[in-house]
Amino acid sequence: MLDRIAAQAPDFFSGPNASFVLEAVGRTLWMTFVGCTVGFLAGLAIAVLRQSRSPLTLPFRLLAIGYVEMFRRIPFLVILFLVLFAAQAIVPEASLLTLATIAVVLLATAFLSEIVRAGLDFVPQQQKEACHTLNFSSAQTLFYVILPQSWRVILPPTAAFVVMFIKDTSLASFIGVAELTFAGKMLVNNGFSPVLGFGTILVLYFLMSYPLSRLASHLEKRLAPSRNR
Amino acid sequence: MRHLEIDNLSSSYGDQQILRDVNLSADKGEVLSLIGPSGSGKSTLLRVLIGLTAPTGGEVRVGGERIDYKDRRSVKALRDRAAIVFQQYNLFQNMSVKRNVTIAPIKIKNEPRAIVEERAAKLLAKVGLADKMDAYPDELSGGQQQRVAIARALALNPEILLLDEVTSALDPERVGEVLDTIRTLTGEGILMIIVSHEMSFVREVSTRVAMMDEGRIIECAAPDTIFLRPAEQRTQEFVSKILKH
Repeated sequence: MLDRIAAQAPDFFSGPNASFVLEAVGRTLWMTFVGCTVGFLAGLAIAVLRQSRSPLTLPFRLLAIGYVEMFRRIPFLVILFLVLFAAQAIVPEASLLTLATIAVVLLATAFLSEIVRAGLDFVPQQQKEACHTLNFSSAQTLFYVILPQSWRVILPPTAAFVVMFIKDTSLASFIGVAELTFAGKMLVNNGFSPVLGFGTILVLYFLMSYPLSRLASHLEKRLAPSRNR
Repeated sequence: MRHLEIDNLSSSYGDQQILRDVNLSADKGEVLSLIGPSGSGKSTLLRVLIGLTAPTGGEVRVGGERIDYKDRRSVKALRDRAAIVFQQYNLFQNMSVKRNVTIAPIKIKNEPRAIVEERAAKLLAKVGLADKMDAYPDELSGGQQQRVAIARALALNPEILLLDEVTSALDPERVGEVLDTIRTLTGEGILMIIVSHEMSFVREVSTRVAMMDEGRIIECAAPDTIFLRPAEQRTQEFVSKILKH
């Protein structure tokens, strides 16, 4: 086996292969980060909406709760197929990468909104009352006081979710997105040793998620005292 | 017309009546203290006066203007004239002392930063914390945090200052420094309404003392009258109990 790997290595690490794999890495990162960023913003919006007690927002809140509770319970693969088939009916020309990213957004929104909600609830009610008495608007209360104090609670599970999603985007290979796992399969199908092909993929997944985990724990430490500058 | 007028004010929480028919009025420069047992409605009255709790009946007028608790603008106008200091300080944990004091005047009232910062420096010097400008609340003792909270309230130039049991959460050793700070504020033309269990302090600084029980003001008079010759039996019981311990 080692002979085969040694023989294939120069070919395997050639320019065309490398650019093929790097493009795949790009797609994996794109799906993860664009999907999770948009999902985080949407999740934040849902979490803020759910803090409201106004009867005017009640229908939207119920809708948001229904969405979150449902999408947290559907496997990512099922969401991928759902988006794929819905898109074929509505926008058949949409790229597979876009569709997969939309699927990530749908799932990330549901999970991240719960993480953000826990963070917002962590800030004591008295902080909000102090804001009211100083005539802060809802947005000022959120951005000056509540969010800066909730990062500490929001950030670690959010980073864990993103790291998990770097791996879970591999499911997008099922609908034909040429992301990292798909690239590994292609290389092996083209005759390269599975140890070489998937071994490289393994190392690349690790290289993508490890720095993010480190960054998360660094931020967590920096935010640990209540001085969230 | 007096600066603050409260007529037949009532407030309930669920089916529990917290305030019943409260009548009270006061002028600028007065120091009005509310005393009475826990649950008598003192803190609720302050919450109504800062717009955190809406009354269920009666009315509040400040400077002759009736507060409409259903109208956000009216409540905001009330908060432009009044400020509150809470028992638990409620400083913003994510901001330095300086920013705690300056954020509302700068961001909410749109006052020029330089003027606000100068005022904040004076106020922090006044409460004895000039050297703590850049500290964060969790680096300060309870007494220091409470003095910052007082500076934050004063930075708004309030006409009415509400002090809600501001020494109750403090170590006994820290009570004095906060009371000393409050003492320096009397005679500045601010109407202060103080809820406190520090009876000797209340007696010393108040121009009038209101005794509350079961949501009512049962007696309101000069401190010496309340503490030495109260008209009501209930006041006498309360005062003698609390002075004895």
